[in-house]
Amino acid sequence: MGMNTQGRPTRMAETIAPDNLATGGYADTISGSRGLDQAEALIFERGALDRCGVDLPEPKGLKTRLGGLERKDEIGLPGLAEPETMRHYVRLSRKNYAIDLGLYPLGSCTMKHNPRLNEKVARLPGFADVHPLQPASTVQGAYQVMGELAHWLMTLTNMPAVALSPKAGAHGEFCGMMAIRAKLDADGQTGRRRILVPESAHGTNPATAVQCGFTVDEIPADKTGRVDMEAFKAKLGDDVAGIMLTNPNTCGLFERDIREIADLIHEAGGYFYCDGANFNAIVGRVRPGDLGVDAMHINLHKTFSTPHGGGGPGSGPTVFSEALAPFAPVPYVVETEKGVLEMVEHMDDAEGEPFGRMAAFHGQMGMFTRALTYMMSHGSDGLKQVAEDAVLNANYIQARLSHVMTVAFEGTCMHEALFDDRFLKDTGVTTLDFAKAMIDEGYHPMTMYFPLVVHGAMLIEPTETESMSGLDRFIEVLDALATAAKAGDKGRFLAAPVHAPTKRLDETRAARQPVLRWTPSAEAAE
Amino acid sequence: MRYLPHTDTDRKAMLDAIGVASIDELFTDVPEAARLDGLIDLPTKQTELQVERAMAAMSSRNVAASQAPFFVGAGAYKHHVPATVDHLIQRSEFLTAYTPYQPEISQGTLQTLFEFQTQVALLTGMDVANASMYDGSTACAEAVMMAARVTRRTKAVMAGSVHPHYVEASQTLAKYSDVSISVTDAAPADLDAVIAEIDDTTACVVIQTPDIFGRLHDLREVSRIAHEKGALVIAVFTEAVSLGLVEAPGNMGADIAVGEGQSIGVGLNFGGPYVGLFACKDDRRFIRQMPGRLAGETIDADGRRGYVLTLSTREQHIRRDKATSNICTNAGLCSLAWTIHMTLLGEKGLTQLARLNHETACELADALSAVPGVELVNETFFNEFTILLPKKADQVVNDLARFGVLGGVPASRLYPGRFENYLIVAATETNTPEDIAVFAKALAGVL
Repeated sequence: MGMNTQGRPTRMAETIAPDNLATGGYADTISGSRGLDQAEALIFERGALDRCGVDLPEPKGLKTRLGGLERKDEIGLPGLAEPETMRHYVRLSRKNYAIDLGLYPLGSCTMKHNPRLNEKVARLPGFADVHPLQPASTVQGAYQVMGELAHWLMTLTNMPAVALSPKAGAHGEFCGMMAIRAKLDADGQTGRRRILVPESAHGTNPATAVQCGFTVDEIPADKTGRVDMEAFKAKLGDDVAGIMLTNPNTCGLFERDIREIADLIHEAGGYFYCDGANFNAIVGRVRPGDLGVDAMHINLHKTFSTPHGGGGPGSGPTVFSEALAPFAPVPYVVETEKGVLEMVEHMDDAEGEPFGRMAAFHGQMGMFTRALTYMMSHGSDGLKQVAEDAVLNANYIQARLSHVMTVAFEGTCMHEALFDDRFLKDTGVTTLDFAKAMIDEGYHPMTMYFPLVVHGAMLIEPTETESMSGLDRFIEVLDALATAAKAGDKGRFLAAPVHAPTKRLDETRAARQPVLRWTPSAEAAE
Repeated sequence: MRYLPHTDTDRKAMLDAIGVASIDELFTDVPEAARLDGLIDLPTKQTELQVERAMAAMSSRNVAASQAPFFVGAGAYKHHVPATVDHLIQRSEFLTAYTPYQPEISQGTLQTLFEFQTQVALLTGMDVANASMYDGSTACAEAVMMAARVTRRTKAVMAGSVHPHYVEASQTLAKYSDVSISVTDAAPADLDAVIAEIDDTTACVVIQTPDIFGRLHDLREVSRIAHEKGALVIAVFTEAVSLGLVEAPGNMGADIAVGEGQSIGVGLNFGGPYVGLFACKDDRRFIRQMPGRLAGETIDADGRRGYVLTLSTREQHIRRDKATSNICTNAGLCSLAWTIHMTLLGEKGLTQLARLNHETACELADALSAVPGVELVNETFFNEFTILLPKKADQVVNDLARFGVLGGVPASRLYPGRFENYLIVAATETNTPEDIAVFAKALAGVL
């Protein structure tokens, strides 16, 4: 459609541009693409119902046994041939930023290198092509992986029990908090329904607490970015069920009073849930079991490098103290006297008093194999080095940017450096603008506006897999951007990004006039 | 260590820049009693070759589905996944990206999610779908809670023939809420028992079709009665391929459709990761109460079409203790695998695949019910059915494994102490006529 009947390009400004915009293309080229930045329409605008990228045998036309429940109407699913499919997704992939393209300093997300050995191992047919309900005799290796992973996680945390089945971090939080609720109920502590949650907590914490029938009581942060101990103590009482505390916390700081917090919550009759999202900062160096923790989830997709995949899948095994272990959910693996591994799948067969089942089957096996591969590769020495280099890198960034950006809290940090927006005061540039300018420089922005206890927060977690020279370059860029903002170069920030696959997207419009799926236009439907 | 770029010289220079003498000085906030002196008691680092050998040794202790005549289903199914799918999901830009919080550099993920949502909506006969849940069971649990919020009622009725793991996952999520779940008896397992439970306090009824025993259910009558009483209908499926041949839940009156997407694009993976599909009717009350992420269309500053995560005021990172769910990370890469496989199939491929599955199951049903002592329980089925055996099914399955046949799931594994002679058997396009013959012969041999 880019050519007129004489084969010459039509004048795009008049005729082509509006169409291009409507399908995500650029207005200033005929095709909507710009060189390697290629416009890509939706499959629904390109595919056909009778086109297919898979060859299948012809059905025989047997009489069906569907009881008259055959689907009668067209479904409307477009198909693409294999080469078209390949191009569609490869083109789209090029509109994504990724760890493999550069530093991805999202605080609290631990975007570290994802080793490809893990991918290779997870794809071995003995792991990838095994059904969860095969007879036990045919899946001893799978049970062994679960047993090995459990051993590593319990040893690294110094905790006596682990539930492997939670499917992500928030699911692990749910698992841990369910065990606390079950324990309280078993002990007749039915008046304990209040959970203390620091203001700086991830949103999943309060959401999880409510899911377990608790109410949430927020604790403020003190001037150092940690739990305000006086406020915490004042909130203790005989209706307190426990505390949910991230450590290191979401300000990137180790909670110095953590053992006192644990002791006080225990003395008050409550339990200590630790959000393990930031375990990467201490793995191999500090064991949460030595800090008085009763339950903690471990994000295998953070600390143990299973890929984030554009938003999952994750895996959130949850470790438990002696007090909570009997309430851990089914299923779990046990070894019989003969050395055979078995899965305990039903509450009635369990030794303790499981609070229930988290999900179908036995957990995220594909993540277990990857995480175990990663742990074995690093070993206890390598994992300790992971924590040390992660903390070193964050402190290096903090130290070298403290003269030009404003560090939120004094002192050294753990695995992530937290800045606020004081350095942007009176510049007309916001944290959002600053982040979008980073995109133009080829970086994924840091976590913005979180934690909520800091104004205009910028939370930078470089992880241990960044080199010193890579960090130096990143620091130089942020330094120059901060300097430019202060020098009054507002335009650069407000327009940003200009070098990304799209300009700033209108999120308000998306929410006010939700378009959540493709629908045929009236014209096309005729 | 191969994943760590720093040399000791780098580390020294960085410590100097920070102004500390040693790495220990960066850990001084850790209480002294919790500081470890040496290494944790676990093996030390290993080479890539060593690790690969150790993991391969464990892998080799499992019997892979492709190594044996394979008929195991009950919520996870062996299907052929085109090579293109696995190649594409290993593109670095998909594999190593985070949740698309910065839409300008995440259009690849966002557009595929928008396409995924549309495909799920079309497949289920619904209007909108979210960007995935962890799996079918957690999608089911979330649907029950959503129905309670929408209707402001607290009673949920689940058919006994819903996958027992889905029932248990729902009971877990509802356990400490004000929602109570009643489960009808699985044995008669028709919808009459469900209908009898519906009253003015019922938030929803939950029905699986094909159910755990493989039977198909017409949802129209139960939907009519539920809607008369102001209750919602949640339709569950564990085999997404069935929707290529069987009437969609949205066309039979269901308000919410949830299910397992594993059988399209994802593979068996010993139970996870999978991908939960979640779709509902286009009703403001519904969409505001949906769990999980939603990708939506918008425009950028130049007026070009683009995609963002939207309606996030439902979600935990904004709404905290008032969120519709605590879900954050979902099944991202598995939903990508699903949408790629679905795009390869298209309408033509999906309907053909579904028909092949059904025909293979028909042939298997004929072959097995011809074995003396074996009785086919189902009157209707898609690609899975239940047979009644003259002896305990768990023993039969173990005996079959010794003959190298993976012959299904004993119903008693899902309903402990019940249905001990019932075996749930699945067939897909991956089963050959030889597989079926070997299974029938082995079954005759072990009975």
